[in-house]
Amino acid sequence: MTIHTTSGCEGCPMTAQLEQMGLKLDKFDRIIALAGNPNTGKSTLFNALTGLNQHTGNWPGKTVTRAEGGYVFQNVRYKLVDLPGTYSLLSASQDEEVARNFILFGQPDCTVVVTDATALERNLNLVLQVLEITDKVVVAVNLMDEAKRKGIEVDTRSLARDLGVPAIPITARNGEGVQTLLSTIASVISGEIATKPLRIKGSEQFQSAVNSLSEEIKKLFPGVPNARWLAIRLLDGDVRVKEAIQTGEINELVNSQRRSDMQFSSRMAVEGRQ
Amino acid sequence: MTTYKEITPQDILLKADALRPQLGSGFRDEIVQSMYSEAQRIVDRAVQQDKKQKWDLDQRIDRLVTSPIFGLPIMLLILAAIFWLTIVGANVPSQLLATGLFWIEEQAANLFTSVGIPWWITGFLWHGVYRGLAWVISVMLPPMAIFFPVFTILEDLGYLPRVAFNLDWLFKKAGAHGKQALSMAMGFGCNAAGVISTRVIDSPRERLIAILTNNFVPCNGRFPTLIMLATVFVAASFPPAFASFVAAGSVLVVVLIGVFFTMLMSWILSRTVLKGEASAFTLELPPYRRPSIGRILYTSLIDRTIFVLWRAILTAAPAGAVIWILGNIFVQDVSLANHIAGFLNPFGLLLGLDGVILLAYIIAIPANEIVVPTMMMVYMGVGMMTDPPSYNELYSLLVSGHGWTMLTAVNLMLFSLLHNPCATTIITIYKETKSMRWTVLSVVITLGTAFLVTFLVASLVRLVGWV
Repeated sequence: MTIHTTSGCEGCPMTAQLEQMGLKLDKFDRIIALAGNPNTGKSTLFNALTGLNQHTGNWPGKTVTRAEGGYVFQNVRYKLVDLPGTYSLLSASQDEEVARNFILFGQPDCTVVVTDATALERNLNLVLQVLEITDKVVVAVNLMDEAKRKGIEVDTRSLARDLGVPAIPITARNGEGVQTLLSTIASVISGEIATKPLRIKGSEQFQSAVNSLSEEIKKLFPGVPNARWLAIRLLDGDVRVKEAIQTGEINELVNSQRRSDMQFSSRMAVEGRQ
Repeated sequence: MTTYKEITPQDILLKADALRPQLGSGFRDEIVQSMYSEAQRIVDRAVQQDKKQKWDLDQRIDRLVTSPIFGLPIMLLILAAIFWLTIVGANVPSQLLATGLFWIEEQAANLFTSVGIPWWITGFLWHGVYRGLAWVISVMLPPMAIFFPVFTILEDLGYLPRVAFNLDWLFKKAGAHGKQALSMAMGFGCNAAGVISTRVIDSPRERLIAILTNNFVPCNGRFPTLIMLATVFVAASFPPAFASFVAAGSVLVVVLIGVFFTMLMSWILSRTVLKGEASAFTLELPPYRRPSIGRILYTSLIDRTIFVLWRAILTAAPAGAVIWILGNIFVQDVSLANHIAGFLNPFGLLLGLDGVILLAYIIAIPANEIVVPTMMMVYMGVGMMTDPPSYNELYSLLVSGHGWTMLTAVNLMLFSLLHNPCATTIITIYKETKSMRWTVLSVVITLGTAFLVTFLVASLVRLVGWV
């Protein structure tokens, strides 16, 4: 297996090492989640990678269910899950819950947060929240062409340094930077790129409260991927999380994320409509 | 592990409750606040904005298309222009297709007869199944191939959120969610898609309202019906020079009636079974983006046109077969189709329609966008007519042959606009609401409205004596 360092392949066509697998999802080695604010181009990136025709449109709220597709990059088979856009992981509407449940409980091998280069500050709130719950994150700074047109310059190195995870500039529409994004995802999963996600520390009391509570949660729900996040939400008094713990729904969520929506979304992807 | 006390969910909740007060009341705000300030700090370092920014074209356009004065008129103008383009562009190809496809039917049927294949096989295959397909393709394909790309351009450009913005106040007045404008706009594409897109509405009450009323806007499947009726009947009584404008105008009016009923029904629902106040929301107006031609062609032609056409074909072929059978089984010298149509006729007349239309409607229930082709097949199939049906001949056939009036055409447009969702949409409503009750209600509301409105219009017109 060749080790690919980031960049250095800007010039080569996106398809050089990428094989679009469409709906051939029966066997895959890795799961990638595509998260991000609404209307940042997740579905466009999804289509570019999988060769599928998930319907895209220029308005927030276009994608309301999960769509799944596959691609092969450097002989590794990836399943890509396109999630509905969401501003935060705390929100209540149905489409956002689809996104939240998958990021939290779907246990993707890597979560790619697609951000809008022209509205980075607002986009970072979701990035920071995702960093709270998982180490394996790559930030894709999309719409670089639009940013350039508006006279906005984004220093992705500085961004990556501050966030503690790779930040890759891309323009999903024409495939620019996508090759680099793919090799970065591969390196983050393999551990070649070590991530050190920025996390909000809070007071000492807060930390110890979170720690002791998440220990208990882990005991009750072995295998739950985000005990820390659940603990924080519980301390915050989140009614939904409270309910999910009380009824044991958490277990169900963990188990169901790998299968639910699958049939529906593959049909959707074929028809390109929702 | 023997003496270990099992942890129960209750323990965890109690522990959380015990820990919470120790953190001080402001800890939530602290977390949120630190996230925001962190984001700001990071962006300050990483992003540089060119200070000498040119005047922002996006904002200027937005100021115009979402202005309180010009916003709505511009929207209507755009819609009217799309309809006009579709009507003018679809006319000739529709007729060419019809001529070609029906010529094939005649040749094939002759061929079958000449080689001695029994008449009922020829009839069933060519005058039944094939004719159903030919009808659907020639009536539906050309308008779709023009309408969908134009609609998709608007969607890709970013105009839809502006529509939602313009209509927000109306929905608020109706006690519904402003984002219902988005799901309504999706409904113009496909009502099933519109129903699913209501997921963006977070209040369950307002989401139900959006689901139950989505069908009042005509979907892509029903547009060809409306366009055809408007072209053949409504526009026919005007001088040819104005005909296309009148046709586009009448389709626009039908759409507006649909929007009106969306509002009215939302208002009624939010004051009866789904009581509550409209909730506030923020809607992002995304920047305008240059639509990519490849995607538009793919989305509009493959996803939409071919998809809708394929669906129509799948239902039209069996519908054609059923019609042929009904038309060729005779009881007391009268075909079964005529028996049923005759039975339904009094009820149909009451609604300003007739028995054949209702029969066609029942046969086409799985995909009610094929009501008009089905109806034509019933009218023509019974008498075994094989003339290529041009728009003019259609007009004379229906008006002189079957007693159509302007009222019939208008009421059929209204009926097609208001009647119950197609089978796919009904299934989708059930999946989304997970409730038989709301699903049934969605059918009752729409069908009830359709019957009531057509009945009232017919009665009024007859009372005044226009017909």
